[in-house]
Amino acid sequence: MAQRARPLSPFMHYRWQYTNTLSILHRITGVLLSFGFLLLVYWLAAAAAGADRYAVAVATLSSPLAQLVLFGAAFAFCYHLLNGIRHLVWDTARGFELRTARRSGWAVAIGALVLGLIVWSLIRAGMGGGA
Amino acid sequence: MSLRSPLRRVTHLGSAKGGSGHWFAQRMSAVALVLLGLWLVIALATMGGAAHANVVAWLSSPVAAAFAVLLVLVAAWHAVLGLQVVIEDYVGAKGQRLALLLVVKFVFAVAAVIGVLAVLRIAFGVAA
Repeated sequence: MAQRARPLSPFMHYRWQYTNTLSILHRITGVLLSFGFLLLVYWLAAAAAGADRYAVAVATLSSPLAQLVLFGAAFAFCYHLLNGIRHLVWDTARGFELRTARRSGWAVAIGALVLGLIVWSLIRAGMGGGA
Repeated sequence: MSLRSPLRRVTHLGSAKGGSGHWFAQRMSAVALVLLGLWLVIALATMGGAAHANVVAWLSSPVAAAFAVLLVLVAAWHAVLGLQVVIEDYVGAKGQRLALLLVVKFVFAVAAVIGVLAVLRIAFGVAA
């Protein structure tokens, strides 16, 4: 039997459009938030272990590197939340027209930036007391 | 009647008949997480400082503890379902794929149990 080239997945040969990036960002932010979930559990477990262990955890989470990660997590959360709602609307077979899908994509991208800043500043304000 | 070819059947490939359940669970947990996620943001924003006493006071309310337990369980479930799809899509080698799926499921099962026990410990007033 002659060797034939295997068919390529659509993303290998379709022209790039910004909606492609929005789509893969949903997966990337989802993976990042999975790690964020583990940080949330670490924080809860530290709080359950008592004030001393909790103080260590808060000091760790207050380091510049951890703060950068949490800052990113705030945006990942907002993007995944808004784009997730976009996906749920699609699941009802609505919003697939090209114009609508592109518009909702822009709304999600801009909305995630705005909401991310709001969520980050709200949490900073609410958690700004130290341990 | 099975629509799988005899070859698919002996190689255990083709539909495992669990796809729609996975799909629906992913969506159902997503809807729950919209609410639970926003609840967490509001809770953190109104915590009044990250002090240990504030966290303990927050989770000593039965309603807050219940939502926190639900958040931990549903978030772990949603993460496992989502990571499973990503791994199945991008990890080609069968052995690596299976190993990674097992690691993810074990890690998130352990994390979920730790999270639930932590919330309950605070809720029942054991965490000093």
